[in-house]
Amino acid sequence: MFHLILFLFFGAICVAGAVNLLVQSHPINSALSLIVVMASLAAEYLLLGAEFVAAVQVIVYAGAIMVLFLITIMLLNAGKEERTKGSRVATVLGIPGVMIAAVLVLWTLVGRSSTTHLVSIGALWGAPKDIARLLFHDFLLPFEVTSILILIAIMGAVVLASRPEAIARPHHSSRTPEETRELAAAGLAETGKDR
Amino acid sequence: MIPISYYLVLSGILFVCGVLGFLIKRNIITIFMSIELMLNGVNLSFVAFAAQRHALSGQVFVFFVMVVAAAEAAVGLAIIIAVYRTRETLNVDQVNLLKL
Repeated sequence: MFHLILFLFFGAICVAGAVNLLVQSHPINSALSLIVVMASLAAEYLLLGAEFVAAVQVIVYAGAIMVLFLITIMLLNAGKEERTKGSRVATVLGIPGVMIAAVLVLWTLVGRSSTTHLVSIGALWGAPKDIARLLFHDFLLPFEVTSILILIAIMGAVVLASRPEAIARPHHSSRTPEETRELAAAGLAETGKDR
Repeated sequence: MIPISYYLVLSGILFVCGVLGFLIKRNIITIFMSIELMLNGVNLSFVAFAAQRHALSGQVFVFFVMVVAAAEAAVGLAIIIAVYRTRETLNVDQVNLLKL
């Protein structure tokens, strides 16, 4: 009973956040409601007993990824979403598609004998020690591959987000060293933060 | 004691909300957030099935999904910044050419 009440409470917060993400027209509001969704999902993971996943959810998802989103929204000064003609076509096609998807999901989930299995609160006993053993023994190769993936993602993000001229600058700088020296002598060159 | 299907229905609702946002939203950042919402819904079903089968490897898979989502967010947001720099808009209807 206690489990059901907690599940319904956090599930309601979760669904409300997800619906709010769709309703809000300003990206900042959508991002903040996505943080609510992620935090309440962490509570759902705790109810299932997955403490490690709950902690990682808060640290990585609600922390790192959402901060990245918020910084991007603020950096680009994203304003209210404009409605365009194309979006009406997407709405007309999208809502029936979503209804069909929802019916399919419910039809798959409800009434199967495997999904009526009861779970008690904290059913999944996962001490960080056992997860570490799995991660560093059984899944060692995928773990190392993800480290390479993260490294490639960091390099890709730096290359994509930096300005094109910042990469190309060492090869064809607009000013020769002599010109820069002359300008510096004339007190005109902006040294240090020259772009 | 609650059935595992409650968790699966919640994860299905989250996934469907993500699909809906992906289809009806026009802001490229909000579309990206809808993708994150779909990933979260799938993670919840991973953990629910792990709890049903008492298998810890389900949690390890959620960890890998989160790592991939982090890499995806970093690269995707960098692409969004690059798109905004060349087109000065975040509306996907106005971003219809790969080349300027």
